Amino acid sequence: MLNYFEKLGADTLYHLNQTGRMGIFLFYSLLSIIRPPYKIFPIIKQTYVIGALSIFVIIFTGAFSGMVLGLQGYHTLSKFGAEGLLGSAVALSLIRELGPVLAALMVTGRAGSAICAEIGIMRISEQVDALECMAIDPHKYIIAPKFIAGIISLPLLTAIFDVTGIMGGYLVGVGMLGGNAGTYFSSMYKDVEFSDIYMGLVKSLCFGVLIIWICASKGYYVHLNRGGGFGAEGVSSATTNAVVLSSVSILLFDYFLTSVLL
Amino acid sequence: MNDNAIVELIDIKKSFGSQQVLRGVNLRIMEGKTTVIVGGSGQGKSLIIKHILGLVTPDSGRALVYGKELNKISKKELKDIRTNFGVLFQNSALFDSMTVYDNVALPLRERTRITEEETERIVNEKLKMMDVEGTNKKYPAQLSGGMKKRVGLARALVLDPKIVFFDEPTTGLDAAKSNEIYRVFSRTQKKLGYTSVIVSHDVPKIFKLADYVALLHNGIVRDCLTPDEFQLSDDPVIKDYVETTMGPVYSSEMEV
Ligand SMILES: Nc1ncnc2c1ncn2[C@@H]1O[C@H](COP(=O)(O)OP(=O)(O)OP(=O)(O)O)[C@@H](O)[C@H]1O
Ligand SMILES: [Mg+2]
Repeated sequence: MLNYFEKLGADTLYHLNQTGRMGIFLFYSLLSIIRPPYKIFPIIKQTYVIGALSIFVIIFTGAFSGMVLGLQGYHTLSKFGAEGLLGSAVALSLIRELGPVLAALMVTGRAGSAICAEIGIMRISEQVDALECMAIDPHKYIIAPKFIAGIISLPLLTAIFDVTGIMGGYLVGVGMLGGNAGTYFSSMYKDVEFSDIYMGLVKSLCFGVLIIWICASKGYYVHLNRGGGFGAEGVSSATTNAVVLSSVSILLFDYFLTSVLL
Repeated sequence: MNDNAIVELIDIKKSFGSQQVLRGVNLRIMEGKTTVIVGGSGQGKSLIIKHILGLVTPDSGRALVYGKELNKISKKELKDIRTNFGVLFQNSALFDSMTVYDNVALPLRERTRITEEETERIVNEKLKMMDVEGTNKKYPAQLSGGMKKRVGLARALVLDPKIVFFDEPTTGLDAAKSNEIYRVFSRTQKKLGYTSVIVSHDVPKIFKLADYVALLHNGIVRDCLTPDEFQLSDDPVIKDYVETTMGPVYSSEMEV
């Protein structure tokens, strides 16, 4: 019994410790972003890796999400004889919810895992220590460009997701099921307001920070993880953790952001 | 002699779980001199270096560099102290997704404002000095173990540091290469006057380079002596070490 409480206490401390570490990590990373010198090339490179290389996946998933929305939406709306609202239904659900969330989930899977593994390997092979001993701040050198790239990429990827989704919805709702092309876009034009776009933008920015924060810090502190194994196994379990935690946080955060922004 | 200790370790203790590795290490590194740390494998030599670099926090005791206690100062101050360092890790710790050239150029690019041509000149000079020119475009994974060491040395020396830490600089090199490296060390040290801390198993060769030799045994530094004093020491542990590494010929009383 006492053992049980001991374990509970140790677990609590461990998780508090870890949370605190992640908080400090975020603080130093954001601080190092605003500190000079500013180098543009690493940011471009990371934006390419995190953003540009994700475009294909985003277009693909965006198109199919839009198509399934078109399909489901058309059948549901036609029960009420409201097929004319299909355009705004597809656009609003994409812009407010699905775009930011699904784009963030895709980026987590594609780039977040890579970030975690890359930094984790640098940590276990003492490359992070080597940087520190050269008086080069690892936050500034490795992490800050990734944060900036995440903040730039996510809103743009979300926008691409939304647009391809709307096109996908059009393809199914109008092209295949025979809805009216004019009403598809005019209902959208009438119902989508700036506040909806604003909501999507805020969400995607927050998710951008969230993904990089969780994935980079899990990799950065891989040597302090408990019970996940060492070396290659440690990095792999940290990467798994990072992807799961990041995905769950995106969905949780989405709820809170929605309730605040509505 | 007491006033120019650039690094001072006072009663450093460090344990990992139930394993007590350092049990009260006292060590002074003199400015402008070469201190060699020797001792058996797994005794904690690399760990001592990591304490001096500020990468590891001691359980108790104090690590002072330039009179500043490393775990009490701010991140900024620690970074300022580290601008004086040139470090070769035991595993070289090269940045494995960068070419050899970029590895060596990195400190120049991040810490100085010199032009790319100047960078190129310095990098090539250092690589030539370590006898690894022509590997510029290779990645660390494409180098042999000994070549990694030498690239690591080139990187450590590229900013002309004031204190250098070399963790086993010649392990894995053939005799001719390691002699060459030692020549480079004494040449650059004469030129730059840096303080150096070297961990090595290459006894007795390394004694030629050393001003002081410190033996780490069972978690404490037995003594820090000049090479001559070290070889003639009465301390039973040091005597034992000298005999096993250099053979009885070296200690006069053992002659039959
Ligand atoms: N992070 C760590 N966690 C647990 N134990 C460690 C850690 N780092 C070092 N040790 C232990 O500390 C001891 C000293 O390690 P260290 O690497 O300093 O040895 P060393 O004297 O450099 O040996 P070698 O000559 O083989 O390089 C070893 O027994 C090692 O198991
Ligand atoms: Mg070692």
